[in-house]
Amino acid sequence: MRQDPLSQKTDWISVLLFGSLVLLGWLNIYAAEYDPDLNQSIFDLGTSAGKQFIWILTSIGIVAVLFFLDYKFFDSFAYIIYGVVMAMLLMILFGGKEVAGSKSWVGIGGFGLQPSEFAKFATAFALAKYLNKHNRRVSDIKTLGIAVAFIAVPFGLIILQGDTGTALVFAALLLPLFREGMAPQILIFGIAAVAIFILTLLVSQTVLLIAIAILTVLAIGLNTRQPRNILYVVVSAIVVTFAVRSVDFVLTDVLKPHQQKRVLSLVNPNIDPLGIGWNVTQSKIAIGSGGLTGKGFLEGTQTKFDFVPEQTTDFIFCTIGEEHGWLGSMLLVGLFTTLLLRLVFLAERQKSTFSRVYGYGVIGIIFFHFSVNIAMTIGLFPVIGIPLPFFSYGGSSLWAFTILLFSFLKLDAHRMQELQRL
Amino acid sequence: MTGRSLIIRSLIVFVAITFAVRLFYIQILEEDYKVAAENNVVQKIVQYPFRGLVYDSNDSLVIYNSPVYDLMIVPKEAEIRDTTAFCNLIGLEREDLDKRLKKANAYSKILASKLIEQISDTLFAKLQDQLVRYPGFYVLPRTVRSYNTKSLANVVGYVGEVSGRFLDQDKSNYYKSGDYIGIGGIEKSYEQYLRGKRGVFFKVVDVQGVVKDDYKKGAYDTLPVPGESIHLTIDLELQQYAEKLMEDKVGSVVAIEPKTGRILAIVSAPSYDPELLSGKNLSRFFGMLNENENKPLFNRPLQARYPPGSMFKTIQGVISMDSKVVAAEEIIRTDGSNIGDLAPPGPYNMVKAITKSSNNYFYLVMRRMVEQGVEKSQFLDARIGFEKWRDNVKQFGLGRKLGVDLPNEITGNIPSIEWYDRVYGPKRWKYSNIASLSIGQGELLVTPLQMANLGAILANRGHFITPHVVEKIDGWPNPNIKKEVLPFDPQYYEPVIMGMEQVVRAGSGRRGFFPPLKLAGKTSTVQNPHGEDHSGFMGFAPFDDPKIAIAAYVENAGQGGRAAVSVASLLAEKYVLDSLSRPWLEDYVIEERYLPRNAPRPTLAEN
Repeated sequence: MRQDPLSQKTDWISVLLFGSLVLLGWLNIYAAEYDPDLNQSIFDLGTSAGKQFIWILTSIGIVAVLFFLDYKFFDSFAYIIYGVVMAMLLMILFGGKEVAGSKSWVGIGGFGLQPSEFAKFATAFALAKYLNKHNRRVSDIKTLGIAVAFIAVPFGLIILQGDTGTALVFAALLLPLFREGMAPQILIFGIAAVAIFILTLLVSQTVLLIAIAILTVLAIGLNTRQPRNILYVVVSAIVVTFAVRSVDFVLTDVLKPHQQKRVLSLVNPNIDPLGIGWNVTQSKIAIGSGGLTGKGFLEGTQTKFDFVPEQTTDFIFCTIGEEHGWLGSMLLVGLFTTLLLRLVFLAERQKSTFSRVYGYGVIGIIFFHFSVNIAMTIGLFPVIGIPLPFFSYGGSSLWAFTILLFSFLKLDAHRMQELQRL
Repeated sequence: MTGRSLIIRSLIVFVAITFAVRLFYIQILEEDYKVAAENNVVQKIVQYPFRGLVYDSNDSLVIYNSPVYDLMIVPKEAEIRDTTAFCNLIGLEREDLDKRLKKANAYSKILASKLIEQISDTLFAKLQDQLVRYPGFYVLPRTVRSYNTKSLANVVGYVGEVSGRFLDQDKSNYYKSGDYIGIGGIEKSYEQYLRGKRGVFFKVVDVQGVVKDDYKKGAYDTLPVPGESIHLTIDLELQQYAEKLMEDKVGSVVAIEPKTGRILAIVSAPSYDPELLSGKNLSRFFGMLNENENKPLFNRPLQARYPPGSMFKTIQGVISMDSKVVAAEEIIRTDGSNIGDLAPPGPYNMVKAITKSSNNYFYLVMRRMVEQGVEKSQFLDARIGFEKWRDNVKQFGLGRKLGVDLPNEITGNIPSIEWYDRVYGPKRWKYSNIASLSIGQGELLVTPLQMANLGAILANRGHFITPHVVEKIDGWPNPNIKKEVLPFDPQYYEPVIMGMEQVVRAGSGRRGFFPPLKLAGKTSTVQNPHGEDHSGFMGFAPFDDPKIAIAAYVENAGQGGRAAVSVASLLAEKYVLDSLSRPWLEDYVIEERYLPRNAPRPTLAEN
C-alpha cells in the first residue's frame, strides 16, 4: 500500500499544537533577550531568537524526513538507534565538552549537540520494541526488570556525565510501563517518595510524624475487618517514617552540594540568595510581576535585563509569565495540557503495543519536562535544569522533541496498516 | 486498561489545575512580587538643585555657588596603561593612588566613586584634554558655596554633609545620607528656602546597574528647582567696617535699624573667613576653628552673656517712673553709703542720675519699686515688688529669646523668685539681698543682641520690631517679624534719653561725641572678676530721628567709655552721616589690641 506522507490520517490537531508552541517559544526567546538599545531583529543570527529560527527550519526538515521514512523504520531500527545513542553517551564520558559543570555536549561545527536529548526517544523506541513481543507482560517480574534496565542504562550514563536533571527525565518512561500493567505500587511508591521528600523539607519532621501516626490509626480503624490490610498499613507507616527520618541523610550524604542547595532553596530561597536562591527568587518575581494580563510583548523588565538567569532556556516560562500575565501562562498550560490529553487519546487508539508504548513514552517525557520545568520556575519543585519542550531555546532539545513527537504522529498515521501487518 | 489511561489523564489535568492555582496566587493575589520587580529595575537618580543666592541690603551678591569638579572613577571600566604618567597628571603619589583605587573597588565595581574630591582648576584644565585616554574616569561637576566677602561668617554660616544623628531625628524624611544641609547661620535657619527642591529621575536598569531606559517614559520625573534667593538686612560695607574695627579684639557689635528691626551689622570677634568652611575646606579647618582658644565659631552677639551693667539703668529709669515710685524731676540726695559708686554723693534727678551713672540713685529707686509696703513683712513685700519689677524688665526683651532669625540664640537671665528662694530659702531674702540688680549687676545676664534691641526700644520710645537679618525671601518680605509695644507711657523715655545724650556729650561716653551725629547712649563697665573689665556701650543716633541703634562689647578693654563707645560712634557716623571724619578715633580703636592670652571668657562656662 502506498504511503501518503501528508495523509488525511495525520493528526493535524497535534501538529497545530506543536506549531503554536514552537512559534510562541520563538517569540518569547526574542522577548527574553530583547534589548531596546540594540533593537535587533528576530532573525538576527547574533541573537538566540535568530539561531532558534534556524533550529525551527531544520526541525521542519526533520519532520519532512520523518514523514517520508517508512513507518516500519522505527520498529526495525529501534535497537540500533538505542545502541548508537548509548555509544555516543559513553563516548562523551571520555571526550565530551564541559558546559556548566556537566559533560554532555559534542561539538559539530559551531554548534553543540547533546546526545542525552536524543537518548530520550531512542530509549522510548527500544522500550516499545522490547514490549512489542506477544509473550511479554510487564506484570512478569523478569520482563519488567529488563524493561527497567533499558531505562537504567541511559539514566546511569547521564548521571555520570553530571547532568542529573536530564537523567531524572528517564523516570518518565515508567509511565508506559504503568500503562502496560506494571504493579501501580511502584509508581505510587516513587511519587510518594518524592512527595514525602519535598513535604519533609516544607513541613517540620515532628508535624509530619504526628500526621503519619494519625493517618495510620485512622487507616487501621477503617480496616479492622481485614487484618491483611492492617499489615499493609503498618508496614507502609514504618517505611514512610523511615523515609522521613532519612531525608537529612539523603540531603547531606547522597546529594552533591550544588544539588543540596537547589533542594533547600526551594524551601527557603534566602539560603543562598545570590546563588541558586537567586534563580528561584528572580523567577518568581518575574512571573509574579506579570499580573493578570502581563506587561506586554517586549515590555518585560526582569527577564530581558538579565535578572532571571537562563531566561531563554530553562527559565523561558518567566518571559511568558511576566509579559503575558496569568492569561498568557494559562494559554501555555492549556496548550500543553491539550497536547498531552490529545496524545493520550492517540496512544489509546494505537493498534500495536509498539506504537502505544512509544506513545506513552512520548507523553511521559513531555509531561515530565512540562511539569518539572514550570514547577521549578514557580517555586514548587527544586531547580532542575531541563528545558520546556518546543519552547526553550536550543537546537538539540528542539530537534529531539520534534523527532520524539513526530515519530509518534507518523506511527499514528499508519496505525491501520500496522493492523494489516499483524 | 482504560482505567490506567484515565488515571494518566487525571494526573495531567491535576498538574494543569495546580499550575493554574499557583500562578493565580503569585501573579494576581500576591503583590510583593510586583514591588520586588520594580525594586529590581527602577533606579532613582537624584539631581541636586543650586542653593539659593544671598544678597546684602544693597543687592550685592554675598553667597553664590561655584562649580567644583570631582574626579570620578568607575572601577569596572577603569584602565590605566601608564601608571607613572597618570600619577604625574593627577598629582598623586603611587601609594596614594593605589589606596584610593582600592577604596573605590571596595565600594563598588560598577558604581562611580570619588577618586579625588574638588580637583584644582589647573588639573581640571589638564584633564579636559587628557582624560579621553583614561577610560573609566570622568569629572563630575557640583557646586560649593563661595563668598564675595571675608566677613559675615557668623551670619552666613556654612553647609556640610548631613550627620547620622540628624538623620535619626529628622521626621521630614527629606534628607538622605550624603546630602548637604545648612549647619550654621542663615544656611541653617533658612535651609528650607535655600535648599530648593531636588529633581528625581527614574531609570530602568539591568542586573548590572546599567541604565537601559526611562521608567514609564519619565512620567514620574521631576526637574530640580533652585533654592530661593535671600536678601539680607546686613549692609555689607558697614559690616566689613565694623569687623575691621573689631579686629584683634574679643567681643560683639550689633547695629539695628530701630524703625524696622533690621540688623545692619552683627559682628562676633574674632571671626574667620567663611571660605574656610566651604566645600572640602570644611573637613580641613573645622577642627582647627572649633578648638581655637578664642572660639571663632561661637556667635557672641547671640550666645555670649554679660551683666548689662550701667546700660541697665536706662531700663530702671523708664520702669521706675512708670511705676510712679519716682518722678523725673524729683531730687534724690545720695550719700554714697548704700553701694559702691563712681558718681559723687549729692542731689540727683533722673537725667543727672543717668548722665553720671549714679549707682546710689538707682539703688534707692529700685528699693522703692521692690518695697511698696503691700505686705507688712519685708520678706513678703520684697517678693511682690520684685515680681512686678521682673515683669517690667522682661518687657524689654531680657531673659527671653527675641526670635532673631539666626540659630542658637540664648535667653540670657533675669533671676526669678524661685531662684532666690533656692539660694536664701523662702521668705529669707529681701531687697538688700538683691540690690545689685539695681545697677545691672548680680545675676542679670544679657546678650549683645538684647542690648542693641534695648537701644532700638529707647530710640523708638517704647516699641521694637523683632530683630532680623533676612529682609526678603525670593522677593517676599520676611514673614516672621512682629512689632512689640512696651506697656510704658512713652513720656518716661524722654528723661532717660536726655541723660543718654549727656552721657555722650559730657559724661562717660564723651570719647564718642561728634556733634553732627547726635549720638545718645550709655556706657557700661562690665566687672570681670577674672581680669580687665569689659567695655560696653549701648545707644542710638541721631537722638531726634534715630536711624541706628548699636550695642558694642569689647572684652577686657576696661571702661565702657573707651573702646566700646568709640566703635559705636564710628559705626554710627559711617551709617548715618556716611562719613569717616575721625581718623584719630579709628586709629585709637584699631591700634588698641585687647586680644588677651589665657583670659577666661564670660561665656556659657560662667553659669
